[in-house]
Amino acid sequence: MRVDLFIPCFVDQLAPRVGLATAKVLRGLGHEVAFREAQTCCGQPSFNSGHWDVAREAALRALDVFRGAEAVVGPSASCVAMMRKFYPEVLAGHPRAAEAADLAGRTFELGEFIVRRLGVTDVGARWEGKATYHDGCHGLRELGLRREARALLGAVRGLTLIEAEEQETCCGFGGLFSVKYPMISTAMAQVKSDALVRTGADIVVSSDPSCLLQIGGYLGRQGKAVRTLHLAEVLASR
Amino acid sequence: MSPAPRDRFLEDAAAATADDPQRGFLRGALGGYYASRDVQKARYRDWEKARDAAALAKWTAVNRLDRNLARFEEAFVRNGGVVHWARDAAEARAIILGICREAGARSVIKSKCMTTEEIHLNDALEAEGFGVVESDLGEFIQQLRKEPPFHFVFPCMHLRRDAISELFGKHLGTPPTDSPEELTMIARRHLRDLYLRADIGISGANFLVAETGQVSITENEGNARLTCALPRVHIALAGIEKVIERLDDLAVLLPMLATAGAGQPMTCYNTLYAGPRRAGEADGPEAFHVVLLDNRRTALLADPEQRDALHCIRCGACLNVCPIFKNIGGFAYGTTYQGPIGSVITPHLRGLRNWNHLSGASSLCGACTEACPVRIDLHHHLLRNRRNAVRAHGGWADRLFHRAFGWVIARPRLFSLGGRLFRAALPVLRRLPLPYLRPWLRTRTLPEAAEPSFRQQAKEVLR
Repeated sequence: MRVDLFIPCFVDQLAPRVGLATAKVLRGLGHEVAFREAQTCCGQPSFNSGHWDVAREAALRALDVFRGAEAVVGPSASCVAMMRKFYPEVLAGHPRAAEAADLAGRTFELGEFIVRRLGVTDVGARWEGKATYHDGCHGLRELGLRREARALLGAVRGLTLIEAEEQETCCGFGGLFSVKYPMISTAMAQVKSDALVRTGADIVVSSDPSCLLQIGGYLGRQGKAVRTLHLAEVLASR
Repeated sequence: MSPAPRDRFLEDAAAATADDPQRGFLRGALGGYYASRDVQKARYRDWEKARDAAALAKWTAVNRLDRNLARFEEAFVRNGGVVHWARDAAEARAIILGICREAGARSVIKSKCMTTEEIHLNDALEAEGFGVVESDLGEFIQQLRKEPPFHFVFPCMHLRRDAISELFGKHLGTPPTDSPEELTMIARRHLRDLYLRADIGISGANFLVAETGQVSITENEGNARLTCALPRVHIALAGIEKVIERLDDLAVLLPMLATAGAGQPMTCYNTLYAGPRRAGEADGPEAFHVVLLDNRRTALLADPEQRDALHCIRCGACLNVCPIFKNIGGFAYGTTYQGPIGSVITPHLRGLRNWNHLSGASSLCGACTEACPVRIDLHHHLLRNRRNAVRAHGGWADRLFHRAFGWVIARPRLFSLGGRLFRAALPVLRRLPLPYLRPWLRTRTLPEAAEPSFRQQAKEVLR
């Protein structure tokens, strides 16, 4: 299958390794992987801030960018949720609303794509150590994902998965919320991170790079040795 | 002049989030609730289907509100009661004060009713010289503390037992105790006499049954029964959204209210009141008034996107699971209704301009929507409030920022160039007091940006 990557803008610009790992995992499964350079940001920062007109423009652009793609796969449940759940909302009543619904049906979060669409759980990865998994809220509640990432991590050789307390608790990122209400966001990061650290895991894995930015940032400031890794990075390791 | 709600919110939220022991205490208290809630939910054959049924019952009631309210009035009057219609808080207060004066009353006993908090009834009654006593244990404690409820279902959940014991010692002269039973008995002994002396009982209503003209009240302490049974005049104040069509609807709504809100199979006492005492009955008031309050609920009804917020049965489940509520507590909201439902409806009830910050103060995690027994689209309504606020009175700087952002992300080359410049400048930017970047860095690190960007590498890698 030909897979078109949907790389979150901040992954593209600040953490390219997550995008590279995503491409590697998908190619490792025997699929042709492409990156359409016209893509930029899904528009979620403006959508969440109430600027739906800006988000609508971003949505219309994305319809053009990903026109004809068989499968659009992104290593971020949050950006995928923007496309699948919120593009149809900002384009409700728009002449291109049907296209938005069509794109929603062709867009997948990475773990979701591998497990549900491809029916694969073992991607041949190896990682030695103890890991705990953080459910991003968009994956959990907008996309209904829970078992996919766990199934994939469960098949990684050498990896022991330890579930944390506060498993379904938000990390407190929330996009611009994290800098508009930093004290609340940080309090939430503290509750989440403390629970993750208590597992004794070496790494915190998530399907959402934005949650990892928050959790990793808080753990880093606290001087904790726990590393944060995107699911794709674990799946790409051999 | 008191500070603007937003400024007060920021100040109070900062103080509350800095109080680690109190946040830990709240998490602990709610941990017990999660455990019992999950046990009770598991007893439903299908909790999700029960949510559908409860949502449908409220949807039907709210979408035919005009008819259902008229039906309720007709049936309740037939039962011998009196119905009053109040457009806003001032009208509701005037109606209730009028009833109290006409009855020649001196003292009022109340059972738990958030709607009376909404209209600031106690202050109005006291200003007219009426003695007012709250009979719900939590509300009684908050009344002694001269504090509003911390949580609209658990008014004093922020207090430890020793604080309550100390409070009772100070106001009622009782010896210190650590036993919850003994604390309850202290309040009970104190209140018993006040029930007998009260001329007026005031309650809320959990549901108003249109079909039968009954007022459904749910409680755990039995205090509402005494409040409704002993004084000679009873007044129930209820928002117009409390009406339901059929008596049968209670079969799903009452257990779900108890399970979602408090982790109980059923609340201890569920009573239906059909008007005043009838001939041959041993107890009950001589007159039973229901005051139906609009107070801008019809404005919410007129909003097809967010009308489902009127489905709310005030169970409190959304607060109990909300990470914002758990970290900032109930007082910081500065609203009658705290937590996610409060953040959704307060802008409708009290104005978007002053209350939109509550919609902004959310990570949009969706735990509230998942918990809501009547399927209110809570966290998405916060997004809609944010959109409405931008449309109605957005600031020019904010608009410019997002317009510029939209302009850049529509131009991939410019976006790429901007990214490169940002990465190059990041070491310097980190040290500047920039909006957004500085508040992030105060409590969190920002990783070094890696070169080159994904799109720069993609051509090579994906060839």
